[in-house]
Amino acid sequence: MKYFVSKQLSSGLFLLLLALSVYADSIYQQPEEFIAEIFADNIPEKQVLWVTTEVRDEARTVLGHELTGLRIRYWQAGSRTAWILDEIGKDKPITTGIVINDATIEIIKVLVFRESRGWEVKHPFFTDQFIGARTASDNRLDRNIDGITGATLSVQALQRQAKLALLLSRYTNSTNSNEAESL
Amino acid sequence: MKQLIINLAASVLLTTALSTPVAAAQEPPGTVAELWAIVQQQQARIEQLEQQYQAAAASIAATDAKAASNQQRVTENAQRVADNTERVIAAGDYAESLANTRPTGSDWTEHTQIGGYGEMHYNNLSANDSDRDKKEVDFHRFVTYFNHQFNDRLRLFSELELEHSLAGEGKKGEIELEQAYIQYDLNDQHILNGGLFLIPVGITNEIHEPNTFYGVERNSVESIIIPTTWWEAGASVGGRYASGLSWDFATTSGLAIPTTGDNAFRVRSGRQKVSNASANDLAYTGRFKYTGLPGLELAASYQFQADASQISGDGLDEGQLFSTHAIFQKGWFGLRALYSGWKFNGYAVDAAGANRQKGWYIEPALKFKPGNYNIGFYTRYENVDAYRDQDQFDEWQLGMNYWPVNNVVLKFNYRERTHDLASEEGRDFDGFDLGMGYSF
Repeated sequence: MKYFVSKQLSSGLFLLLLALSVYADSIYQQPEEFIAEIFADNIPEKQVLWVTTEVRDEARTVLGHELTGLRIRYWQAGSRTAWILDEIGKDKPITTGIVINDATIEIIKVLVFRESRGWEVKHPFFTDQFIGARTASDNRLDRNIDGITGATLSVQALQRQAKLALLLSRYTNSTNSNEAESL
Repeated sequence: MKQLIINLAASVLLTTALSTPVAAAQEPPGTVAELWAIVQQQQARIEQLEQQYQAAAASIAATDAKAASNQQRVTENAQRVADNTERVIAAGDYAESLANTRPTGSDWTEHTQIGGYGEMHYNNLSANDSDRDKKEVDFHRFVTYFNHQFNDRLRLFSELELEHSLAGEGKKGEIELEQAYIQYDLNDQHILNGGLFLIPVGITNEIHEPNTFYGVERNSVESIIIPTTWWEAGASVGGRYASGLSWDFATTSGLAIPTTGDNAFRVRSGRQKVSNASANDLAYTGRFKYTGLPGLELAASYQFQADASQISGDGLDEGQLFSTHAIFQKGWFGLRALYSGWKFNGYAVDAAGANRQKGWYIEPALKFKPGNYNIGFYTRYENVDAYRDQDQFDEWQLGMNYWPVNNVVLKFNYRERTHDLASEEGRDFDGFDLGMGYSF
């Protein structure tokens, strides 16, 4: 009886694994595809933001560590800027695409998630909390983000990415463009 | 020349006469000498004006030359700026290319992570029976993680732990392998695990870094009933979906609960820890979890084991565990609640009255972020109803956690434990605990 049950269970498990392995509904997205999607195939030329001392100092207060690299690439169309940022949660970088429009988070999407925990942060039911967020005092977000039990580090990584994108957008020409339109 | 001067003088005189009506009223010069004097004055004035003109012309010429020189400098500087910009961009390209270049043979550093956690406790507990007082300091856990990614879909997780600082014959501590499993991504939603891993049940069984829970010691309900920390060897499959629903199903080695001696029918004593573990009867565990609303977690687990002692005919047969919990965190307010219970079959476990063992707890908390740190206050009520007399009690706690940074925590709590049986009143205690913990 015990052997029969185990055999049935093993067969069932094998069939389940076979079914699961062919089921493919990917939620990941390549950064290039993300950019093409948000700019509706009218992709602007990639621009460069030099990480000056001022940018680096302010980024350090947001990230809690040094901002790596000499230059950050971004895409800009009018008042919209798009950023692809990497930030380590617990062990590995989380790659996130963020669109800032008029100093407000318009879109935020986890493109690549490599962590062992915290898979919830890559889904809209979590990231939708960031939509419409702006910078409050001290580069904090203007709202509380509810976390995921056991995924605190991944949640905090996304918060840092959101704050960084808002900060970097201030240093781009998008601010100047807004001023020109208002004159 | 003399005639020219005379003619010029006459012109000036005539002009002056015409333009100055008042002057017209003056008397014209009478003599040639007077006229010559006037001419000489005008000549001097002309020479003066001529000199001024020459000076002005020279100044203009000099200004033109300077402007031309400045324009040349501007052009040269613009070229220098362009040249320097090109050099800076080239330097940036080169620096970034160096940053992206990895020396041969060092790929393992890129794909290997080391982490861990630790906690030190101070217990100051006074029991009704003073022989049972506990005033103790202990480095309870020192844990290291080694994780490695073999490729995008295949990875290793491992956890090695030292408890109570010293391990070995006659020592109070242990060195334990708590996790060592390979994880494979079947696709973006489904994973397969194989090896030694934590059973998917409860709250603290899988997530128990000290900065993730309140109270210096882990709660007794999960420690005694589940029994946390509980790991087995086997395989599991799991799914995680955009709705926030996830599930796990594991086939593993099971408990080997003793049926005789001081630890008879004590669930925690049934943990084999995958150390030459008997695998006569496997355990099958399933869990559903919902985390689709940020700040909310709902979960339920069920485990079946055909023989919870791994020994046929000893009077302990089937074991079934049911555990459910809820976690809610919204703004300042947090709440945890958990129920876990075992149901055993068998003539011996029935006769001993150990066939039902259960426990539950509820823990509201408030957490604030006044500055660059977090501070939280909690209270917890636990009810444990296990088999041993000493494992039947109520406990109430009140305490706080202080997180100077998210991964470091200082803890304080006061607690009181009251046993159900009069025979165990000597074990009743109250007192406080202090703790320090970290994770990285």
